[in-house]
Amino acid sequence: MLTLTEEQGMLQEAARGFLSESAPVSQLRALRDARDELGYSRDLWRAMAELGWTGILIPEEHGGLDFGHMGAGLVCQEMGRTLAASPYISTAIMAATAIRRGGGPGQQARWLPAIAAGEAVIAVAVDEARKHDPAGTALRAQASCNGFRLDGHKTFVADAVGADAIIVAARTGGEPGEAEGLSLFVVDARAQGLDIERTLMVDSRNAARLTLDGVQVDEADALGPVGGAFELLETVLGAGRAGLAAEMSGIAQESFARTLGYLRERTQFGRPIGSFQALQHRAAHLYCEIEVAKSAVLAGGQALDRDPTGAGFLVSLAKAKAGEVARLAVAEAVQMHGGIGMTDAVDIGLFMKRARVAGEWLGDASFHAGRIARLRCF
Amino acid sequence: MSELDAFRHEVRLWLDAHCPAPMRELTRGEEDIVWGGRRWAFRSEAERVWLERMAERGFTVPTWPKAYGGAGLSRDEERVLREEMARIGARSPLESFGIWMLGPALLKFGNEAQKREHLPRIARGEIRWCQGYSEPNAGSDLASLQTRAEDRGDHWVVNGQKVWTSYADQADWIFCLVRTDPAAPKHRGISFVLFDMATPGVSTRPIRLISGKSPFCETFFDDVRVPKENLVGELNRGWDIAKYLLTHEREMIGGGAGGLLGTRPIGEVVAELAGSDGEGISDPLLRADVMRAEIDTLAFALTMDRLRDEAAGGQGIGARSAMLKYYGTELNKRRTELMLRAAGSDGLEWEGERSGGGRLARDWLRAKGNSIEGGTSEVMLGIIAKAILELPGA
Ligand SMILES: Cc1cc2nc3c(=O)[nH]c(=O)nc-3n(C[C@H](O)[C@H](O)[C@H](O)COP(=O)(O)OP(=O)(O)OC[C@H]3O[C@@H](n4cnc5c(N)ncnc54)[C@H](O)[C@@H]3O)c2cc1C
Ligand SMILES: Cc1cc2nc3c(=O)[nH]c(=O)nc-3n(C[C@H](O)[C@H](O)[C@H](O)COP(=O)(O)OP(=O)(O)OC[C@H]3O[C@@H](n4cnc5c(N)ncnc54)[C@H](O)[C@@H]3O)c2cc1C
Repeated sequence: MLTLTEEQGMLQEAARGFLSESAPVSQLRALRDARDELGYSRDLWRAMAELGWTGILIPEEHGGLDFGHMGAGLVCQEMGRTLAASPYISTAIMAATAIRRGGGPGQQARWLPAIAAGEAVIAVAVDEARKHDPAGTALRAQASCNGFRLDGHKTFVADAVGADAIIVAARTGGEPGEAEGLSLFVVDARAQGLDIERTLMVDSRNAARLTLDGVQVDEADALGPVGGAFELLETVLGAGRAGLAAEMSGIAQESFARTLGYLRERTQFGRPIGSFQALQHRAAHLYCEIEVAKSAVLAGGQALDRDPTGAGFLVSLAKAKAGEVARLAVAEAVQMHGGIGMTDAVDIGLFMKRARVAGEWLGDASFHAGRIARLRCF
Repeated sequence: MSELDAFRHEVRLWLDAHCPAPMRELTRGEEDIVWGGRRWAFRSEAERVWLERMAERGFTVPTWPKAYGGAGLSRDEERVLREEMARIGARSPLESFGIWMLGPALLKFGNEAQKREHLPRIARGEIRWCQGYSEPNAGSDLASLQTRAEDRGDHWVVNGQKVWTSYADQADWIFCLVRTDPAAPKHRGISFVLFDMATPGVSTRPIRLISGKSPFCETFFDDVRVPKENLVGELNRGWDIAKYLLTHEREMIGGGAGGLLGTRPIGEVVAELAGSDGEGISDPLLRADVMRAEIDTLAFALTMDRLRDEAAGGQGIGARSAMLKYYGTELNKRRTELMLRAAGSDGLEWEGERSGGGRLARDWLRAKGNSIEGGTSEVMLGIIAKAILELPGA
């Protein structure tokens, strides 16, 4: 059934209510204008932890709700509606998935309760070049004393600033472009040789470039099999992509709702601009695209809950479709707002900026369309 | 085992035992569709037997009540039946305007006698129906139709002309919109009537399509006598029935008749047509367009499922049928465009065995009608803008 369960529906309601109260778009605007160091509100993160959302993918024995990816996606969707800034996707979705599925008992006991309690923020560092390419990872991990020595750089690492730890994709073997030889390590954010440089992005969120110069990790810091962690990485990325797809669906829905409101209220030529067929047909087309994207997002979330490691196809479908539709939705929103849509004072531009970053992060539509094509053998 | 699982098990066994082998082959196209009707000539014994057996079980119209020839299945059960048929590649035993359009309208608006008379015959494929809506001066603006029905005491006399009437020359009966009150505002003077195409005064003239085939006609009514009891619903309130029927037609065209569901993935089809031997599609522009079409098709198929899941028991999906109609038919046009592009000059052959009688070119041309028949894409967008988005009128 491609519908929400009753519990999921309740979570969605609760998330919508809470975020519109506690993290409206004005919060993002204030953080941006204050050039906030983190780019998100620690109070909001704490409140999200109190609601249990940070533990949504964490087993109950580690203090989580174990509510599933569909539920995590609903929170992301609602965060998309209000542009709530938080390390939710990096920490509560990706890092939690990585440690839950690839961590040993010690790592799980150390990190999972802390994530669930909102006490630990963990970023995930994969990309090294301007386009997403997990298999292209070149950052080297060379055996040294009782562990590995990491050398290289990372870019577009969301929520690395102020994080407690960073999960780093590194190459213990093989060549860039190969799945073989990939490993994941949990690196302490204060480790010697790790430099974290904040990159101010178009969406005003927390992102960084990392330089690792002889960063030492233990064998025990590895998640998943050393040299064979690509599958785990794919699972982690899949969880994150589904979250981003849901966020973009929320962005598309909200910017569309605001645009519809504007079409009804703005008068030109003595009538509401929403009465002009040229705009009506574009709005109707956009409505269809948003509905179609919603179905893909729902199917991706459900697929992850059925099988977190085998959902790649539907998750790529969701990420690709939601990305394209969010792009269309924000573009139409700005255009249909006319001159005022170009102003910083109106929120529409903020939706456009975040949609762009969410679309790029963990693979744009081209990346995911390419995966779909390969899986479909054409 | 849940009840649904038990049902699945039963259906699986039954289908395995009763679906003839030739009916498990992929439908090639129009030439494999069974429309039924008085004059229907089965192309094989398997076709006949398959229809007979499915009709016997009520599976040609699975969600209709048993009393009217259906199987009384719930939405979930119907889905199971569809899945199980797909599992063995079973063809649909019967397609018809009676199943897609008139049946749902009669179930909602027909009286008991009308239901008992017409529904079982539709279910068994005995009577083939056509749709008398469009007229030369009433297309998108359907409610301005002029075909008259005058009250002559115990019967109506119908005069006028319909056009684009699909398969009117092969149909046994027509469901027809007629004006019964010329003085009333246009939506308030229309009635919904049924009559036999063999009635004196009914004539049809086939029209050739750009695809070279003639599935639709001009249909003329010259003093046609229609019994009073053939009025469906209330006098002068036929517009409500007409609209309700259209939502079913649109859902159908958008999802199924548009040729989308149950077909092979577009990427696979295009790769094969392009002769790429498992090497993928080398033309970069074509490949990119196919990727987009594949993504949209997959996400659209999920949307069909989602809307069906959301629709409250049997109530239909209302104005959202306009979305399915619009999106599904535009996708089907893209699909046939891509197939033609992949096939290059081979796809342009119009006759002869090599091209299956010009199948690709003819399907491509026929698909252009998908976004016209049953209400144009522009009309669908207008419905969405007004009925769903509630944008102000002009
Ligand atoms: C960067 C920038 C610089 C500018 N510089 C100047 C300047 O130097 N001097 C100056 O005088 N102005 C300037 N403008 C204003 C610009 O000319 C107006 O923004 C523009 O004419 C649109 O008017 P509007 O913003 O009121 O939008 P609206 O007219 O309210 O339009 C809103 C939306 O409705 C649509 N719409 C409106 N009427 C119809 C219709 N009949 N049919 C279909 N759709 C319709 C529009 O296309 C638009 O999408 C500038 C604008 C921008 C963005
Ligand atoms: C293959 C095929 C099978 C058909 N089968 C049947 C059948 O069995 N029975 C039956 O009754 N009819 C049938 N039709 C007719 C079909 O329903 C009509 O063709 C359709 O409703 C459009 O009407 P029209 O052809 O008069 O075009 P028009 O209404 O004249 O439209 C011409 C163009 O103008 C556009 N347009 C019209 N009004 C507006 C508006 N308000 N805003 C914006 N654009 C507008 C249309 O979208 C279209 O692009 C069939 C048509 C086709 C192509």
